[in-house]
Amino acid sequence: MERGHRLRGRDFPAPSEFRKTGVAIVGGGIAGLSAAWKLNKSGFGDFQLFELEDAVGGNARSGKNAVSAYPWGAHYLPLPGVEARETRELLADLGVLQGDPCAETPSYDERYLCFAPQERLYRNGLWQEGLLPQIGTTKHDQEQYRHFFALLEQFRQRQGASGLRAFAIPAARSARDADLMALDRISMRQFLFQHKLDSPLLHWYVNYGCRDDYGSDYARVSAWAGLHYFASRNGQAANAESDQVLTWPEGNDWLVKQMQRGFKERIVSGALVQRMEETKSHVELDVFMHSENRSVRWQADQVIFAAPMFVLPHLFEGLDTNLKQACQQIRYAPWLVANLTLNSLPNPGHGAPLSWDNVLYDSPALGYVNATHQNLRSHEGPTVLTYYQALSGEPEKNARQRLFDTPRNQWAEMILRDLSRPHPDIRDKVTQLDVFRWGHAMSMPVPGWIWSAARERLTLPHGRLHPAHSDLSGFSIFEEANYWGVKAAESVLQHQHLLLRSRW
Amino acid sequence: MSIALLISVFVVASCGLAYELVAGALSSYLLGDSVTQFSTIIGTYLFAMGIGSYLSRFVVKGLVARFIQVELLVGLVGGFSAVLLFMVFAWAGGPFKLVLYGLVLLTGTLVGLEIPLVMRILRQHYGLKDLVSQVLTFDYLGALAVSLAFPLLLAPHLGLIRTSLLFGLMNALVAAWAIWLFRAQLAGLKSLAAQCFLVTALLFSGMLGAERLTSLAEENLYADEIIYTETTPYQRIVLTRWKDDIRLFLNGNLQFSSRDEYRYHEALVHPALQAIKQPRRVLVLGGGDGLAVREILKYPEIESITLVDLDPNMTALFQRLPMLRALNQDALLSSKVSIVNADGFQWLDQSDDFYDFIVVDFPDPTNFMLGKLYTNTFYRLLEKHLSQHGLAVIQATSPLYARKSFWCINQTLQSVGLKTAPYHALVPSFGEWGYIIAGHRPYTPPENYNSDLRFVNASLNPVLFQFPPDMEPVETDINRLNNQVLVHYYESEWKHQAP
Repeated sequence: MERGHRLRGRDFPAPSEFRKTGVAIVGGGIAGLSAAWKLNKSGFGDFQLFELEDAVGGNARSGKNAVSAYPWGAHYLPLPGVEARETRELLADLGVLQGDPCAETPSYDERYLCFAPQERLYRNGLWQEGLLPQIGTTKHDQEQYRHFFALLEQFRQRQGASGLRAFAIPAARSARDADLMALDRISMRQFLFQHKLDSPLLHWYVNYGCRDDYGSDYARVSAWAGLHYFASRNGQAANAESDQVLTWPEGNDWLVKQMQRGFKERIVSGALVQRMEETKSHVELDVFMHSENRSVRWQADQVIFAAPMFVLPHLFEGLDTNLKQACQQIRYAPWLVANLTLNSLPNPGHGAPLSWDNVLYDSPALGYVNATHQNLRSHEGPTVLTYYQALSGEPEKNARQRLFDTPRNQWAEMILRDLSRPHPDIRDKVTQLDVFRWGHAMSMPVPGWIWSAARERLTLPHGRLHPAHSDLSGFSIFEEANYWGVKAAESVLQHQHLLLRSRW
Repeated sequence: MSIALLISVFVVASCGLAYELVAGALSSYLLGDSVTQFSTIIGTYLFAMGIGSYLSRFVVKGLVARFIQVELLVGLVGGFSAVLLFMVFAWAGGPFKLVLYGLVLLTGTLVGLEIPLVMRILRQHYGLKDLVSQVLTFDYLGALAVSLAFPLLLAPHLGLIRTSLLFGLMNALVAAWAIWLFRAQLAGLKSLAAQCFLVTALLFSGMLGAERLTSLAEENLYADEIIYTETTPYQRIVLTRWKDDIRLFLNGNLQFSSRDEYRYHEALVHPALQAIKQPRRVLVLGGGDGLAVREILKYPEIESITLVDLDPNMTALFQRLPMLRALNQDALLSSKVSIVNADGFQWLDQSDDFYDFIVVDFPDPTNFMLGKLYTNTFYRLLEKHLSQHGLAVIQATSPLYARKSFWCINQTLQSVGLKTAPYHALVPSFGEWGYIIAGHRPYTPPENYNSDLRFVNASLNPVLFQFPPDMEPVETDINRLNNQVLVHYYESEWKHQAP
């Protein structure tokens, strides 16, 4: 947080060292790591990855204490469909996916498939299995559920004129039929009302999906994005149901740790790239080394820019105006994540038993995930609960202000009060409560953004600069970041090969 | 005096609501479905108050004395209501709902009597207009006070048993105060004072013994006399004894009866162990009572037995208590036995050793935690630790009462490539019980058995390995960590068997 803000002041020491590399990767989130993983896998070792923080992983970073490892952000991966070729290849590489990564229904390592029970919802004093409200629903609600899921099924099955699926992950492999793209211009809330869907319970469910995946209220999420969330996930498995997910105690940081195995020595962490400039023959990067309080000037043939795109105009000199404006248009959702260490499991309460994901109906937050759920132990014991809250109910600037202005103790009190409703015993069991504030957690797919010319501009190379970040998709999920990272690596490899050949 | 009586109205009203809330909370704890419980209990209670109000017209003489007696009775019935309900519930199969609504009706009727009586007593001090206004004001204020205090302070900090006893005491206090106020005009003062003292004493001792009352309620769960109890971080251990029959319960579930446990443990160990050529290294998962180890020690060629049981208190108990040591014949003190107190799944995951014989004697898959121990992931691990000629045996619940569960375990074992031999034996205290032998090669039952067995011998083989039609195989899913179908099967099957 403070490290990044140093960019505003711009008081950095002059470079005291000069170095060269083939490819500089700026940013060690999933996109940057995926690019590095791809380069490394292709036998190309001449790269350096610069990460601002002390640890790579970006949104997927995690923590660990005596009780368990726990996520600070992204914590699961849905079963990838056949279009997510890059993600499937990565999972096969890490041993998570077994057999042919292109198979319709591959097998997954069962230790990483979310154990049963996967999710439950707390409403009116009772826990139910699954997240779609079922207890105390009217006939009208049930009819609307059926109507909505029938609509989703149509979108799930639909192929566009190009033969691509209507909604695919990565989003770049989705069809571009005009009527589908038109969905981007209205909000998900409007879409529901257009289809005469007015059940408050259905609206809650759809809104929950948007808040959970996009950090934004469904009134400010485009219908294309909202439908993408529900209709794109069609990954099948030989040993799991389609709606199951892959997860680890430390969340997606498990993937981060596995991915970087082959190129750990090429990661430079605590490194703030504070200025980039493209010259005729290369790109110059001034990198401020946080712990050493000095700068190093790197010279790279190519740059993969895998940091959040709003940062780019602050450090790239001579950026194309269109690209600059596109970067400035992205809107980011602020998030609050807390980890609560408990000396024993909370009392089970009435209804469905403690699950991996535990959602509260009447709550500003998204609920909590149990970090020890994937533990093999067959007895109850201490645990860590990860509590997620997207500050989605207000304009993001106000929300960001509130996120940072509210002291830690006040957040802690609000979280405990929220969790005390289903778990009156929670205060007696919490031994530690840590809070993490994400100011710019994820870019939001507001209406009109995903199929805008500005968003498309973000995806194009800029001279020797190859952008790679989930911001390019307009929403923040692992598979998108992974896709752009791999794609940038491939385009860099093409350039480098040409370069090699021309030098011959 | 009138102010004093109005304060008692406040107290009386708060007590009345408190009993209603206790009954509602308790029944929703024990029966679930809080909306139904609260709404039917409030309805019954209000109706009963109507009955009380109606009955008040029949109280003609000695108004004050009757009021005092009603207070004492409310204190007694309401005060002990939570204790009584807990005990009835613990007393398996008790007519809980009958007692619950009976108590609610009784308390409601008595509470319904209170306000009309108070109004008539106060009539001499106020005009009708003021009387109604004053009494009802204090009545509703009392209700407000309790409705706030109950969820915020009382239920979380005192618990339901002590909360209801506390309000019982407050009723008795109002009675005592009324006796004092009206001492000049009351007939039979001494007798009333004595009644008041008795009720107060009862409630007070209830308050002091609230902890004991909880365990008293537990005692009714068990048919026989409890001779030992211990709460460990993992479970509640209870030993009961009736004549020469010692029974062990873990978290309320019967583990063995000393009268027929030899049947269970002989059938668990010998069909597999007798069929292994030169078994040397044995692993027992679960079975901290040492009874399976006792059977294994009958084979002198065995060099080492590793017993992995989660709970150190459990294994220590069976190494310490003479009565239990007599039962396992000091098996846990044998030099061949090494005890590891760890979680079976996690321990096996970390271990690199191979075993010729593995006994898997875990509790039934009653929840998702225990369900993990019956998954293909666990059995894959088991398979990795089995030597080439080795065999494992798995206790697999009852093929009669939980037929689908039993065959699901079999199917899951086969899904990881193990060859299985399912069998069953009759253990009277459990009923028809099931086991599965699993190994890398097909299993053949031994032709000879150890001679000092009381139950298992070669002539029993056909009985063990044949399944009559009511226990025949059924199709099931494979139990996986990500579906835990077995827990669902087990729950639905045993629910229909429960008495």
